[in-house]
Amino acid sequence: MSGEPRTVRGTPLELADLKKGKVFTTAYVPKIQYAWDTGVAIGRYLEELKNGRLIARRCQRCQRTMVPPRMFCERCFRSTDEWVYVQDTGTVNTFSLCYVSWDVRRLKTPEIPAVIEIDGASPGMGIMHVLGKVNPKQVRVGMRVRAVWKPPPQRTGSITDILYFAPIKGKTTKVGTAKKPR
Amino acid sequence: MPNRVAIIGVGCTPAQPTTPYLSFKELMFQEAERAYLDAGIEASEVESFVTCAEDLNEGLSIFDEYTPDQLGAVQKPMHTLTQDGLHGIADAVMQIQSGLVELVVVEAHSKASNILTPEWILDYAVDPVWNRPLGFNPHAIAGLEMNVFLHETGITPDQCAHVTAKNRTNALRNPLAAYPARTAPGDVADSPYAFYPLRETEMARTADGCVVVVLASDDRARAGKSQPVWVRGVGFANDSSTLESRDWIRAEYCRVAAQMAYRQAGIHNPGRDIHLFEVDDTYAYKELQHLVALGLYSRPGDAGRAVASGVTKPNGETPVNVSGGALGMGLTLEATGLYRVAELVAQLRKQAGARQLPHAKVALAQSWRGVPTTSGAVVVLSSE
Amino acid sequence: MSMRRVAVVGAGMTKFMRRALETPKELAWLAAKGALDSAGMTLDQIQGVVHGTAPDAFDGLHMKGEYLSEGSGGWKKPYLRCYVGGGTGVYAIAQGWFQVASGLFDTALVVCEEKMSTCLPHPQAAFLTIFDNITEQPLKPNLLWIFALEQNRYMARHGIRVEEIARVSVKNKRNALGHPSAQLGAELTVKDVLASEIMAWPVHRLMVSPTSDGAAAVVLAAEDVAKRVTDKPVWIQGVGWCLDTTYWTNRDLYYPEYVEKAAWMAYHMAGIREPRQEINIAEPYDPFAYKELHHLEGLQLAPKGKAPQLLADGVFDRDGDLPSSPSGGLLGVGNPIAAAGTMKVCELFWQLRGEAGPRQVPGKPRRGVAQAWGDLMQVGTVVVMGTAQL
Ligand SMILES: [Zn+2]
Repeated sequence: MSGEPRTVRGTPLELADLKKGKVFTTAYVPKIQYAWDTGVAIGRYLEELKNGRLIARRCQRCQRTMVPPRMFCERCFRSTDEWVYVQDTGTVNTFSLCYVSWDVRRLKTPEIPAVIEIDGASPGMGIMHVLGKVNPKQVRVGMRVRAVWKPPPQRTGSITDILYFAPIKGKTTKVGTAKKPR
Repeated sequence: MPNRVAIIGVGCTPAQPTTPYLSFKELMFQEAERAYLDAGIEASEVESFVTCAEDLNEGLSIFDEYTPDQLGAVQKPMHTLTQDGLHGIADAVMQIQSGLVELVVVEAHSKASNILTPEWILDYAVDPVWNRPLGFNPHAIAGLEMNVFLHETGITPDQCAHVTAKNRTNALRNPLAAYPARTAPGDVADSPYAFYPLRETEMARTADGCVVVVLASDDRARAGKSQPVWVRGVGFANDSSTLESRDWIRAEYCRVAAQMAYRQAGIHNPGRDIHLFEVDDTYAYKELQHLVALGLYSRPGDAGRAVASGVTKPNGETPVNVSGGALGMGLTLEATGLYRVAELVAQLRKQAGARQLPHAKVALAQSWRGVPTTSGAVVVLSSE
Repeated sequence: MSMRRVAVVGAGMTKFMRRALETPKELAWLAAKGALDSAGMTLDQIQGVVHGTAPDAFDGLHMKGEYLSEGSGGWKKPYLRCYVGGGTGVYAIAQGWFQVASGLFDTALVVCEEKMSTCLPHPQAAFLTIFDNITEQPLKPNLLWIFALEQNRYMARHGIRVEEIARVSVKNKRNALGHPSAQLGAELTVKDVLASEIMAWPVHRLMVSPTSDGAAAVVLAAEDVAKRVTDKPVWIQGVGWCLDTTYWTNRDLYYPEYVEKAAWMAYHMAGIREPRQEINIAEPYDPFAYKELHHLEGLQLAPKGKAPQLLADGVFDRDGDLPSSPSGGLLGVGNPIAAAGTMKVCELFWQLRGEAGPRQVPGKPRRGVAQAWGDLMQVGTVVVMGTAQL
């Protein structure tokens, strides 16, 4: 029997072929909406964001303080035990300077997504957010940052109630050594 | 069937119209705990996990991302099937029979109440080039099928109405059911047409819920503490996805799936060898069409006569959908088939309370994935 | 327990392209037919069909697996669509393997397809919905974010420079020049890669695989059938898959533990103790340049943080000690998500049969590993294939 295909199957099209109407297309915009139940853990997380605070769940067996919070410990496979407020400061675990928007538009000023290890949560426990009020060239792994919140009346109970995380002047630390809970 | 496989644990939350108090993860965690307790195992013992889910029903792409933690599956073999929970059972059976693993968990759930535009999502499943531009409501496909099915088989609308009446009334005895109601065939005949000849009361309504099932190899099942229910055969199949070229009468997917399962289970006369059926009734006529495809009647018209004369009632000769079916329990997306498995496990373990049938030893569950699909699966279970 | 032996007996794929004239069903059919032809078999001889495809949003279809069933040969047959995001293309082989190994089937056709060009204005936009709907999507993340975050973490942890990673693009795009299905084969230098615009620092455009349309398929058969239809079956010696936690921001992204676990699952099954010595070819998943290195480490084919050095030393070249992505990988051949993983399995099939034409790895390779990856940097899927029937 033959090995790899001698004749390559498939017919490439250029964008111009579409624009010139060389081939027919049908267009469709899906009309799809959801209202997701946030449940106990994330429901409380959002409520506390509205209050300007970050909250975590703690598992007494493995002693981890987890953010985003969850009602079960995935390591111990048991219910988590208690709510713990954590701080709105943290350490940049990793970051990027992104010059492309989510729908692939080119950006002049980069978005700066980062994983931020949250103070008061267990070491390595981070959340994804964006950095702001910082020169992109000066962002470093290990940089200390603090949440910049929307004014209380504008908060809606969303992760975007934190506008961004901004650097705490002049501080860097080793990643994975976030401060222990107060 | 080589290398026997058993269901050793089930966790099952009552189906409900809405479940606003828990996230899908929290629902899954709750039912996983229940299933593992029932099976007498720890999550850490499970070797492989299967979740049955569709991205668009969840509102999340690549849904398997969101499945491991709440089942105890972190850093374990786990995958999704975008099919019914019965396909998941078949998947788990094959994993065990291959000799790869001995303990597999299958999960499916529904947060149908979170979908604000269910008909638009179904529309998104319709062929984008041929059919979508026509702009019909996808449930109309069921109206088309019912019409030709009645025409070809001689089954009457009144006989179909008996299906709704039986199943919703059965659901009154099932604490897991979301839509129980004391219903007579006349009540159905009084309800308005939705997609002629299909009436509104003949269409199952969606509900939220979650089912977790634990399957084990022969050795594991025998060594365990729970009462095993044996999987005697699994089958699954598709007919054509094209509306223009499928078989509208015979539910071919169901017939092919049943043949596959019967071959493994050594079943030659399903009406005699199987004592209890849980079959898909997403639309009332589907129960009859599926019973014919399962080989219960030599003449299709007998399916209509059987339901009208009470043969398929719980105290009849061939009980069908004692649980209340989808019409009574609710349609729980990909968990629909697993709710049926949960019912059969309860019956075969003699734990079905007010619904308990005295003599059921071999039972069959069958699923269909709804319009516009021709995707179905069959599982045959037995208590010995 | 002794397992039933299963072999790959045929492989086929379409051209990978930015935009295909063919519909998703037609793409699936072309690949399926190619695989059947290569096995000298017809659809009647196939007892079950396994389908793989990634997010429904690309092809613009809910229940996309159902729509694709007949294009994949699933008409009136047992049909399953398995799904682990980007890991699907290799996982589907494992799915097909246990279907046959279970004894319920003697043959299986595995077909993976993706038509990303359907999604407008750009397929990348569909990736928004892979993020957590409540805690992440409101930030409007894109796929580049998480790759860039992971690459940065990998670089920061080991002190790796961007130019070391750029070499992967150079190697793979060059390898792809020999692949008849390739979308982006090219002769480039490290300088060219670094001169391409920054998408999301540290990721440059030429370090990213393209969006593609395409399909790939293989035919699997149990021992007796395999030996009847071909004198060169390629045996599936091991399969493995592993899913890590959803909470990716709680993990250290510098190393893919889930790939290691999936790899050991497959290696144990294949009786491999020293992967570096016992594997002749690797096809690790390379949607982004650094991922190939990251995955070679996860596959135990390079010590942690040392893959860039081995790459620079030529170990992973086609004529090197351990050729990696001789196909040209996703960077060169293209990345129609699920189909790309299966393309890697097709490549092992052709390489191990000595039928890879201008891409043939020298020295009669006897065993190869293919791997894919996906979700929120979370799932590893691995298949070990070889000429020896274990
Ligand atoms: Zn714990």
